[in-house]
Amino acid sequence: MPEMTFTEATLAAMREEMRRDPLVFVIGEDMASQGGVFGQFKGLAEEFGAGRVLDTPISETSIVGAAVGAALCGARPVADMHFADFVACAMDEIVNQAAKARYMFGGQCSVPMVLRMPDGAINSAAAQHSQSVEAWMLHTPGVKLVAPSNPYDAKGLLKSAIRDDDPVLYYEHKALFKTRGEVPGEEYVVPMGQAALRHVGSDVTIVSYSLMVQRCLEAADELAADGIEADVVDLRSLRPLDWEAIATSVRKTHRVVVAHEACRTGGVGAEIAAQIGEELFDDLDAPVLRVGARDVPIPFSPPLERFVLPGPADVAAAVRRLM
Amino acid sequence: MAVTDVGGARAVQRVDNDIDADTQLDLLRVMLRIRCFEERAEALFLAGELPGFIHLSIGQEACAAGACLALRRDDYITSTHRGHGHCLAKCAPAERMMAELFAKATGSCKGKGGSMHIADFSVGMLGANGIVGGGANLAVGAAIAARLRQTDQVALCFFGDGAANRGTVHEASNLAAVWKLPVIFFCENNRYASTTAAGAALSIENVADRAAGYGMPGVIVDGNDALAVHRVVREWAAHARSGGGPVLIEAKTYRMRGHYVGDPQLYRATDEVEAQRARDPIDRLAATLAGAGLLDLARLERLRAEVAEEIEAAVRFARESPLPSPEDALADLYVNPIERMP
Ligand SMILES: Cc1ncc(C[n+]2csc(CCOP(=O)(O)OP(=O)(O)O)c2C)c(N)n1
Ligand SMILES: [Mg+2]
Repeated sequence: MPEMTFTEATLAAMREEMRRDPLVFVIGEDMASQGGVFGQFKGLAEEFGAGRVLDTPISETSIVGAAVGAALCGARPVADMHFADFVACAMDEIVNQAAKARYMFGGQCSVPMVLRMPDGAINSAAAQHSQSVEAWMLHTPGVKLVAPSNPYDAKGLLKSAIRDDDPVLYYEHKALFKTRGEVPGEEYVVPMGQAALRHVGSDVTIVSYSLMVQRCLEAADELAADGIEADVVDLRSLRPLDWEAIATSVRKTHRVVVAHEACRTGGVGAEIAAQIGEELFDDLDAPVLRVGARDVPIPFSPPLERFVLPGPADVAAAVRRLM
Repeated sequence: MAVTDVGGARAVQRVDNDIDADTQLDLLRVMLRIRCFEERAEALFLAGELPGFIHLSIGQEACAAGACLALRRDDYITSTHRGHGHCLAKCAPAERMMAELFAKATGSCKGKGGSMHIADFSVGMLGANGIVGGGANLAVGAAIAARLRQTDQVALCFFGDGAANRGTVHEASNLAAVWKLPVIFFCENNRYASTTAAGAALSIENVADRAAGYGMPGVIVDGNDALAVHRVVREWAAHARSGGGPVLIEAKTYRMRGHYVGDPQLYRATDEVEAQRARDPIDRLAATLAGAGLLDLARLERLRAEVAEEIEAAVRFARESPLPSPEDALADLYVNPIERMP
């Protein structure tokens, strides 16, 4: 199977979907000359022209709002948020427009758009370019959320997101862009709402998504050396959520750690822990633990940044607390 | 007609009457329809038959009718919290709208939206918006979709003098101008944003003067003159349709009722409102049509009666319609439903 980077995998998805459907278009900043700030759109302007790769002014409300409007009128925009932190500038367009339009208009319309959300901390980008903000949107019914952890899923989930008739937020961790992995040459999609078991064990369940899955796998290897075998469930989608995958694993292991890079309080992990507590209480032998960043903005200085972010050691430590 | 080039809004009057008789009568009919719908809704609300709250467009009918009748059915409009008139003028059936105000299952939004989210996508009415200034970028997006599909549709964005101060409107205006999109930004300056006088929130006299800053034409029109509004929108819609880019039209009008039904209106004098009665857009068009020999009293009464019958039928339909079933609250969120909804 050919290998490619996460970025190349997303580009392959974009090219395939734009060739397949002339109503798919890209809208965002720095598209034409740079192919997006991280190059995830490189070459698309050359292949599809300025009419389908729209290079906007620095106008986040317009990028998202116009994407919603175009989607309401039958187009299929893929909008780019540059850095996921900037979504704060376009919050209304997601929360009050994209997420609510179909519902408040009684199903008259749909909003088939994708919003690309490069998130997460990398290289001391500091407080306003490093945050993981998926929990904001998990708390917003009406949008779907996906968060791939590797190039294969990056391509397959992006294709699913583009084909889906509902608004999908596509969280792509910036530290994943250059990672490599196997990606089939032939056509495939990864359906939303299907988790993947990345590591198999019967002692503990580690639930994660996005870059943090890689950290959890490192932790699982370290734990295996000590004879602790972990299931690592890569959620891939946060909504729809593959509850069966979580429940199946928890019924087997009876111990759970939920791990993400976003800060702990009010995070996705809190929600999953609550659902496990409500529905699988009798299966648990220990409290559900959360691993996440400390509850501060992401700091600049490398030792500060390292201290705040969760790593494999934090995951392993949480697991050991449960055993 | 008040038309300006980029660089500021100046008024230039044109006297010829180039709107055919049928359209002039249509304008009157649509305005009567809006007035009747609004007055009926007001009474029903005060009688406690409608939940929530409602914003009426009484006094502003010439804006909705003049603008929408200058558009094609497949053109798009985005609307505001004061959207009943826009929806009716875009030819949405009154029955389903009234049922929506009654929160019934047969409403345009199945009782999920209400007055503030009135919408009819079948006629290109992309929704009233509870977020002031929320429609501007949606209109830009509608125009992008039209361009992508290579149609010659245009998108008209209704917004208020208050909304003119939101960043969304500035961003949308700039973007539409940069890309020469077929968007008509139609500001209904009704002199108030809730309790705030327009002048207290604008550092210049006219919203249309801002057009120069966006690099698009700015036009001022008497928003209580349906024929003038119609002419202006018709001309600029044709301009936008043929690739000429966006325009900012400011219609000077007046909100005759409170911001919402029940508004104590402590921010303005009754005299001010009374003085505006002389500018009533319906009386005005009726007088013009009568002067041109297109309308006599009998015909006007017949029009009024037809409209009243339509709205009464809408009220009957709404009253007789069932309320939604409680569990309908979980439907219509996603096209591809999510099985597990916590
Ligand atoms: C973003 C936002 N801010 C504030 C409000 C509250 N609000 C509702 S209508 C309104 C006044 C709007 O004035 P204008 O745009 O002139 O429209 P008009 O009411 O005159 O039709 C305000 C402040 C809101 N709904 N949305
Ligand atoms: Mg106003």
